[in-house]
Amino acid sequence: MEKINIQTFRQRLKSYKRSPLSLLLFLLVTISAIITVSALFFLIAYILVKGVPHLTPELFSWTYNSENVSMLPSIINTILMTLLSLLIAAPLGIFAAIYLVEYAKRGNKIVKVIRVTAETLSGIPSIVYGLFGMLFFVVTLHWNYSILSGACTLAIMILPLIMRTTEEALKSVPDIYREGSFGLGAGRLRTVFRIVLPSAVPGILAGVILAIGRIVGETAALIFTAGTAPTVPESLFDSARTLSVHMYNLSQEGLYVDQAYATAVVLLIVVIAINSLSNFVAKKIAKG
Amino acid sequence: MKHFRYLTKEAIMKGVFFLAACASILAVALICLFLFANGLPAIGKIGPLDFLLGQVWKPGNDLYGILPMILGSIYVTAGAIVVGVPIGILTAVFMARFCPKKAYRVLKPAIELLSGIPSVVYGFFGLVVIVPLIREIFPDSKGTTMLAASLLLGIMILPTIIGVSESAIRAVPESYYEGGLALGASHERSVFFATLPAAKSGILAGVVLGVGRAIGETMAVIMIAGNQPRMPAGLLKGVRTMTANIVMEMGYAADLHREALIATAVVLFVFILLINLLFSVLKGRSKE
Repeated sequence: MEKINIQTFRQRLKSYKRSPLSLLLFLLVTISAIITVSALFFLIAYILVKGVPHLTPELFSWTYNSENVSMLPSIINTILMTLLSLLIAAPLGIFAAIYLVEYAKRGNKIVKVIRVTAETLSGIPSIVYGLFGMLFFVVTLHWNYSILSGACTLAIMILPLIMRTTEEALKSVPDIYREGSFGLGAGRLRTVFRIVLPSAVPGILAGVILAIGRIVGETAALIFTAGTAPTVPESLFDSARTLSVHMYNLSQEGLYVDQAYATAVVLLIVVIAINSLSNFVAKKIAKG
Repeated sequence: MKHFRYLTKEAIMKGVFFLAACASILAVALICLFLFANGLPAIGKIGPLDFLLGQVWKPGNDLYGILPMILGSIYVTAGAIVVGVPIGILTAVFMARFCPKKAYRVLKPAIELLSGIPSVVYGFFGLVVIVPLIREIFPDSKGTTMLAASLLLGIMILPTIIGVSESAIRAVPESYYEGGLALGASHERSVFFATLPAAKSGILAGVVLGVGRAIGETMAVIMIAGNQPRMPAGLLKGVRTMTANIVMEMGYAADLHREALIATAVVLFVFILLINLLFSVLKGRSKE
């Protein structure tokens, strides 16, 4: 079947001669794909070439001052922020997905509302999250500019992502697993935790990794919630800038372009690492 | 007794799962409540018409007209569509119908990476590459222009458009394409004139999602659009978007000025809600 559809190069040329439009269309799609990929590679190459020479040890000093504009505190802050946001969003998102897949009955009205709101959440721009975080966590709850306000804001932002990926992971667990477990006399709860969740772990993990990527790259939602203090916080209620916010500040001041390049390199490497990790996990799932 | 205890545990956990699922409803409700409660009074004080259609934004003189910013957002987004949509759709066609398997293995992760790159890094790239380039080609211009913002946003919405369009094209039944071939059309013609029209709704949904991303994008736009709060005056002049307006002035704004900024976010939020609505209508239609 496949063989019939294969054309030799000469046959192809002949058909293009007969219909120039086909050739034009072929060229258009190929060129577009090349433009897309080359935009990406140009961006990465440009930043790496310009930035790697500026990766000096000073940029990784333990403390920040305006001379060394060290990014190490910001890197530590990013890790803290990621952990804190996941600590809030992961259980909520996973439990919510469990309810939607394992417990909710079909055609339930609340389930419909939950789906619509989750979809709405995933479309809201990060600056709106930032303003909401400022109005609610910073002002109303008096948490001030703090890592906790930032983490809560980000948690709401990544909640729909974790919910959706977990839902898909749970749905892909075959029903025979559940039936087998029920048949052996296990209750619904035990089935969920002992049978369904363990087999859905890789899918959930891929979603969590994607969420980490969003947290690492986020700026607009953090400026007015976590603030821009360039130091490692001593408590949950201290302000702390993540690496992306750090980079924004560097490039806005105009004095630290070289250091901004170096920070961009670190950000890019982190993002590439996160993406490859999530691809790796996804491949593991596909292989089973 | 033991069985009874298990049953209560089961009931409690079901409640926990349900509450977690309601978190997204609570989040949307809180976001709406806080944004509208803090933003609507300002619109009332300024006067809805003066606020939405006023052409002058001078907080020092108590003039709060955000028409320049609304138009700025719309123009920049339109520019991003002109740049991003043709390339995005054609790339999606290439990926779904023309791409050799080996190239796909490079292309797919590349496009995922494109969507994972943080907006600050995009903004910085625009600042050091696109802005100087525009300054060189058009010596009269400052470089930080509507054109720069449109180009960069066009690249940034590519992965969104490609992702949704590709799955829409793949969802078209193979028989459409085979029908085209059987009638003597070339591969290119069958794809473009039989498969592609059938994927119309799905592709449109992708474009709408891209519009949502472009209009909500903040950090990248701020870094390269110039941000002058006046009526947009052409491709080679600076513009300020609604998102930029919020971030630029929120840091020091007080009283009515601050409320007017929150009201700007309300307008942006309403835009996004409308776009989301349009997206789900289109997505529903493409499923039929």
